[in-house]
Amino acid sequence: MTAGTLDHAPAHPGPATGIWSWMTTVDHKRIGVLYGATAFFFFMLGGFEALLMRWQLGAPERSFLSPELYNQLFTMHGTTMIFLGVMPLSAMFFNYMIPLQIGARDVAFPRLNAFSYWVFLLGGLFMNFSFVLNAAPNAGWFGYANLTSKQFSPGLNVDFWVIGLQILGVASLAAAVNFFVTIINLRAQGMRLMRMPMFCWMSLITQMLLLLAFPVITVALVFLMADRAFGTSFYSPGGGGDPILWQHLFWIFGHPEVYILILPAFGIVSEILPVFSRKPLFGYAAMVFSGAFIAFLGFGVWSHHMFSTGMGPIADSVFSLTTMLIAVPTGVKIFNWLGTVWGGSIRSTTAMHFALGFVAMFVIGGLSGVMHSSPPADLQQTDTYFVVAHFHYVLFGGAILALLGGAYYWFPKMFGYLLDERIGKWHFWLTMLGMNLTFFPMHFLGLVGMPRRVYTYPAGLGFEAMNLVQTLGSFLLGSAFLVFIANIWKSWRERERRKAPADPWDGATLEWSIPSPPQEFNFPELPTVEHRDELWHRKRALGGPLPEPARVSGAGIHMPNPSYWPLVTALGAMVTLIGFMAGGVAVNLTGAAILFFGAFRWAFEPAG
Amino acid sequence: MSAADAHAETIYHDELPSAYTGLDTRKLAIWTFIGSECLFFASLISTYLVYKGKSLVGPLPHQESQCMLHGQLQQCGAIFEIPLVTFGTAVLLFSSFFVVLALNGAQTGNRKRLIGWLGATVLAGLFFIGMQVYEFYHFYHKGLGYTTNLFGSTFYTLTGFHGSHVTLGVIWLATVLVLAIRGKLPPRKAVNLELAALYWHFVDVVWIVIFPTVYLMR
Amino acid sequence: MDLLDPRVVHKEHTHPTAGLYLRIAVVLFILTALEVAAYEVARREGMGPLGEAVGRLLVPILVLLSAAKFALVAMFYMHLKQDAKIFSGLFVFPLLIAVVLVVALIALFSVVHLVP
Repeated sequence: MTAGTLDHAPAHPGPATGIWSWMTTVDHKRIGVLYGATAFFFFMLGGFEALLMRWQLGAPERSFLSPELYNQLFTMHGTTMIFLGVMPLSAMFFNYMIPLQIGARDVAFPRLNAFSYWVFLLGGLFMNFSFVLNAAPNAGWFGYANLTSKQFSPGLNVDFWVIGLQILGVASLAAAVNFFVTIINLRAQGMRLMRMPMFCWMSLITQMLLLLAFPVITVALVFLMADRAFGTSFYSPGGGGDPILWQHLFWIFGHPEVYILILPAFGIVSEILPVFSRKPLFGYAAMVFSGAFIAFLGFGVWSHHMFSTGMGPIADSVFSLTTMLIAVPTGVKIFNWLGTVWGGSIRSTTAMHFALGFVAMFVIGGLSGVMHSSPPADLQQTDTYFVVAHFHYVLFGGAILALLGGAYYWFPKMFGYLLDERIGKWHFWLTMLGMNLTFFPMHFLGLVGMPRRVYTYPAGLGFEAMNLVQTLGSFLLGSAFLVFIANIWKSWRERERRKAPADPWDGATLEWSIPSPPQEFNFPELPTVEHRDELWHRKRALGGPLPEPARVSGAGIHMPNPSYWPLVTALGAMVTLIGFMAGGVAVNLTGAAILFFGAFRWAFEPAG
Repeated sequence: MSAADAHAETIYHDELPSAYTGLDTRKLAIWTFIGSECLFFASLISTYLVYKGKSLVGPLPHQESQCMLHGQLQQCGAIFEIPLVTFGTAVLLFSSFFVVLALNGAQTGNRKRLIGWLGATVLAGLFFIGMQVYEFYHFYHKGLGYTTNLFGSTFYTLTGFHGSHVTLGVIWLATVLVLAIRGKLPPRKAVNLELAALYWHFVDVVWIVIFPTVYLMR
Repeated sequence: MDLLDPRVVHKEHTHPTAGLYLRIAVVLFILTALEVAAYEVARREGMGPLGEAVGRLLVPILVLLSAAKFALVAMFYMHLKQDAKIFSGLFVFPLLIAVVLVVALIALFSVVHLVP
């Protein structure tokens, strides 16, 4: 029978505890926790980098940071937040929640799932290792050519960036294939696509974006690496190349990337708002199609990042129109979220606060975004703090707020106890205050003329007051995260009395039908689904809450064996790529040998 | 592969998750991967086309030029030798035919057909790689290095990545061939060959695009 | 009809025979020969008006011939014609985006500006 694939398991389960069990795990729930913990660490690191920059910019002409260190910090802050923060935080939820929401026991390829995590961890560590050598990437998270050429960036900084991103790209592509196939093929009986939870829909679309966008940046990075390591001229005018090619290839990836960052957040908000409004999501079909349309159109707007590069009036006009057009399906979503809450019976949980905060903050970010869509207006805005304001509103006010909402919403399911709601509200309001103090003045600061990516500014230009407010706001924002950590700590200490039932929120989707936290096999019996918002229908049919699901033995259920081959293969992949920046062919070949060895052993591991 | 297999009815003892579509999960995965690879090669091909005709120095693909050879500026001929690469192209095309026959052998339990045609596929793949290696060597000695000009950089990167995909395909097919020889590829496991074959056909299809674009468009 | 609806029983069409596959291989070979022939006719001196015409139309000719080869391999060797439609979707959709990408980049880098 070849209908599906799970790595088969012989009779004995692996050890449930200890470091080795975590290093060999192929359980999507454990991998989700690993992603979450690692991503949260990197997110804090990125935040620390931001605070250092904010301190430097708090007053004019500060010499707290040298220009060189400042360049490394803004580059790593961006790269870290995007690739090591938001994306893996989303991956945490893809991992943990998708199989639960579709009624499956695990993802399609559990070992490939583990492989993705290990590659991500190794890539993140590798890229940050550069700090130890005082050679952290320093040419911006977008690495414009030909600043990134060997001529203008002779050190290892850009090499760390290129190789680090290639390593991370492998993780993302593997995971994208995995989750895409999982959602298509491992849904429970009766879960038609249009009955799927909206988080799964947005995740599905996100995987498609990953699959189509990452190959392009892979090629762009290959060319850059060739220029640096071998002396080609893909981006060097001296050899006939065009630096603008980099910009095109990068943004063909880069724009879909921002939709990769935000679509899962859209999905999370579409889960939270209905539950705490006690009302189904307004306009489910419109939400699906608008999400798909945003993703598809997202491939047609990339040169709005290049309005100042002299592409000519036709190109400018085309990309301006497509960019304006993409505001329409986004607006549809906003109105549908409002329509969901309107007339509902609101429960003011922390998760709900974050979801509503998302809607408000994302609208602000969207408004500045649509202001960018006009090339003449953008010529003033580009490369100023106005842009910084825009993307922090959509990424922090958007993605991060939604992820935090998801954290409060799904924490009880994942860990079996509820986070403190009172502290949660403090967390929320400190975040909102800190966020707006930090990023709102940036709109004005940008329009008044402060450029991006500058390590200081002279006094007397009118930048001081806003920078000071922004710095104060950023430290307030940092303290909000300390409150979050305190909440987790306190709730953990009190976990016995904060125990969570299977369905603490009166949820609508399948994850709430199993114990908190779930057993290894998720569902004792794979569910059958007959409706969208299946659990609400079951509760209505029953006339009340569902009985608390019992923890059962699951003795006859075969789960995949743990395996260390994903980790070995991940190491091989990393070493192979490192050979392109240090150690040469010998390192490439060593890495390839480890990679092939790991892959072969993986492929032929006893299936049972 | 019928839809009847699709839903594992038993619950506690299911070994495999029921496949919603009734289709093989691994086959879905390989097609998903192939879709992604389309964008990879599209980016490489786009760059080749964008930089076509923009080399500052020779050698050039289809015409004579001045280029540096043995440290001296010399008159260099056109680089491409169409007969050789055409022959290689034909071999690769036929290798797709061979693997289809091999797959048929696997699906019908015809061991001879499977091993014979799969072996032929591997040999054809090796021949193609050999042709490419020879071609690269030859071009290099005619003055076209990786960094010589934009033509060299884009050509070697594009065809080099294609060649590395062919190499991985050969390794994969050879692995399946070894399994077949050891009797570990019965009809119910034929999908293992089908997956490798799909990848192989894709590699062929990419060459179907590269061959005219690079070699035949002046 | 929902492409992914499991209630739809997938009909197995009569399998293509080895003979069909061979004929396709021959056609692929012929199409390749035609591509090379077009190239040679366009390239050589003294091919007269035919040579000039082919020379001007070389790119569309090559695109058509290679597209035909592509389709034959995809539909028959890769079995897309007989298989579930989702496999075709998984291939065609990225392919379309890929084509748009190539065309867009060529347009963006073309030296000829359409508007002064």
